[in-house]
Amino acid sequence: MLHDLSIGELADSLAAAQISSVELTGHFLARIERLNPGLNALITLTAEQALECAAAADRRLAAGERGRLLGIPLIHKDIFCTDGVRTSCGSRILDNFIAPYDATVVMRLKAAGAVMLGKANMDEFAMGSSNETSFYGPVRNPWDTTRVPGGSSGGSAAAMGARLAPFCTGTDTGGSIRQPAALTGVTGIKPTYGRVSRYGMIAFASSLDQAGVLARTAADAAAVLEVMAGFDPKDSTSVDVPVPDYPALLEQPLKGLRIGLLREFFDGLEARNAALIEEALRVYRSLGAETMEVSLPHLPLSVPTYYVVAPAECSSNLSRFDGVRYGYRCAAPTDLTDLYKRSRGEGFGAEVKRRIMTGTYVLSAGYFDAYYLKAQKVRRLITEDFRAAFQKVDLLVGPTTPTPAFAIGAKIDDPVTMYLNDIYTIGANLAGLPGMSVPCGFIDGLPMGLQLIGPHFSEGRLLGAAHRFQRATRWHEQVPGGYE
Amino acid sequence: MSLTRQDVEKIAHLARLSITEEQMPVYVSSLSSIVDFVAELSRVETGSVQPMAHPLDGQRQRLRPDEVTETDHRDKYQANAPSVQAGLYVVPRVIE
Repeated sequence: MLHDLSIGELADSLAAAQISSVELTGHFLARIERLNPGLNALITLTAEQALECAAAADRRLAAGERGRLLGIPLIHKDIFCTDGVRTSCGSRILDNFIAPYDATVVMRLKAAGAVMLGKANMDEFAMGSSNETSFYGPVRNPWDTTRVPGGSSGGSAAAMGARLAPFCTGTDTGGSIRQPAALTGVTGIKPTYGRVSRYGMIAFASSLDQAGVLARTAADAAAVLEVMAGFDPKDSTSVDVPVPDYPALLEQPLKGLRIGLLREFFDGLEARNAALIEEALRVYRSLGAETMEVSLPHLPLSVPTYYVVAPAECSSNLSRFDGVRYGYRCAAPTDLTDLYKRSRGEGFGAEVKRRIMTGTYVLSAGYFDAYYLKAQKVRRLITEDFRAAFQKVDLLVGPTTPTPAFAIGAKIDDPVTMYLNDIYTIGANLAGLPGMSVPCGFIDGLPMGLQLIGPHFSEGRLLGAAHRFQRATRWHEQVPGGYE
Repeated sequence: MSLTRQDVEKIAHLARLSITEEQMPVYVSSLSSIVDFVAELSRVETGSVQPMAHPLDGQRQRLRPDEVTETDHRDKYQANAPSVQAGLYVVPRVIE
C-alpha cells in the first residue's frame, strides 16, 4: 500500500511515473476521511488546494524536475502560519484567524513541491503533554483510542501513527515532538535551537521553541529536515550554519561511536522501560558503538527550571492577543480593559491562562530574582553539565518518556503531574540541543521511545545513529490494528 | 496555599485575564502547587553563575540595512481584525 512506502520509495515511484502526486494525494485524503473521525488528528482539511498543489507537482515532475519531496504529501501542525488557511494554534482565540502569510517552514516545503493535506490538532498554543488542552477536543492515540497521543504535537503524532501522511511537521518547546512520537510509535526529531526558522511559527517560549519533523523513519526525517533547515534573515535567532546533506550522512558507521547512558534518567525508572533501553544499548554495542554511563547532576532540575522560563516567555509572547488586531473579541465590551480581560479570559483555555499567570507571577516585582533569574542560572548549570558530558561521549541516550500513553482525562486536573511527563525531554530544550525519539519496543501493547541527544548541530550524527538502529530493529515498522 | 485569592486576582489583572468566580479557587490551588514545585530551585547553590537567556551563547543579534523590504498588506492584515473602520482598528472609547 502507498502509505507503507518510505519517502524515498514514493519519490522514486513519482520520478518513474508509476504513480502521480494527484493519485498519492488522493490516497491519503481518502485515508484521512475514513480514519480521522476516530482520532481527531486533523482539524482543517485542505483537500482542494492539496489536489491543485499535487497537479502542479506532477507538471514539475513531467518537465523532468526531481526532488526528494516533490509531490510528497504532508500535514502541518496548526502552529505554522499558512497563507489563506485558518491557523488556530488549537485555540479559541485564533479560531477565526486566516493567516495572511506563510511561515518559512511552510514556504520552504511548498517550494520543494511538498503537498499540504491539512492541519494537525495540537495542545492550545503548544502548552500541554497530552493534546487535551486543544479547543478542538483531544486527539486519540491510534494504538488505543481511550488514550492520549502525547503533546503538544499530538495531532501530527497520531496522524503519523495511523499513516495518514508520509510526514508531519511539529514543534518542540519541552518535548512536544519527541514525547508524542514516542507514545505513538513514530520517529521524531527536534533540531538544534536556531537550525529551523521560527518565522511564522506562533511563539510560545522563544528561547526554547524549535520546529522539527515527525516521520516513520529517521531516513524519512532526514529528507524532510534537509529542506526545512537553514538560515532565515526573518528569524533573529536563526543560525547561519550550512545545512549538511542529511540523507547522505545516514550510513555513517557506528564503530567507535561513544554513547552515554544518562544515569539520572534511570533513577526510579520503571523496570520494563529500563529493559527496553538496555536492549537498545545492546543493539548499539552489536553495531560497534561503545556505551558508558554518564552523570548530569543538575538534570533533575530541568522541569522546575522549565516551568519558570517557559511560562515567563509565554506570558510575554501571548500579550499580543488583545482582541483588537486579530482573533476573538468578547461581546459588548464596556471599556478597553474589559475588552482585553474578557477577550483573553474567554479566548484562552485553562492551561494557557495558568501558564500566562505563572509567567506573570515569576516576572513580577519582588519575585523576578527569586524565580526567573534563579531559573536562568540553573539553566546554565544544566547546559554546562551537557557540555561536560559531550567531552566524553558523542551521543546521550535514555528513555523519551517515563510511561507509555496514559488514559484521556487521567492527568488533566493535576498540572504538576502532567508537567512531569516531560522530565526526560526538557533538558535538550534548555540547552538548545538536538534530540530524537525512535520506537524501541512496547509496554502493555503501547509503543515506547528511545531518546537520543547530541551536541549542537549534530543532527546528521543523530539521524545516522537512529537510522542504523532502525536497520537493526523492526519497532518502527509496527502499525496499530485497524490502520494497516 | 502559597498564593492567596488576592494574589491570584492581582496576577490576573496584571495579565489582563478575566477569571470567573467559579474558576478562581481552581487557579488559587493549581498556581500554588506550581509555585511550590518550582520553589525547589531556591535550594540550588548558584553563587556567581551567570544567568542564561539564550541557548546559543555568544550569538550576536544581527543588524540589517534600514531599507524598506515589505509592501503594504494593510487590507489583508485587517481582514482578521474584529472591527475596523477607514483602515483603523476600532476599540471602545478611551478618552471621554
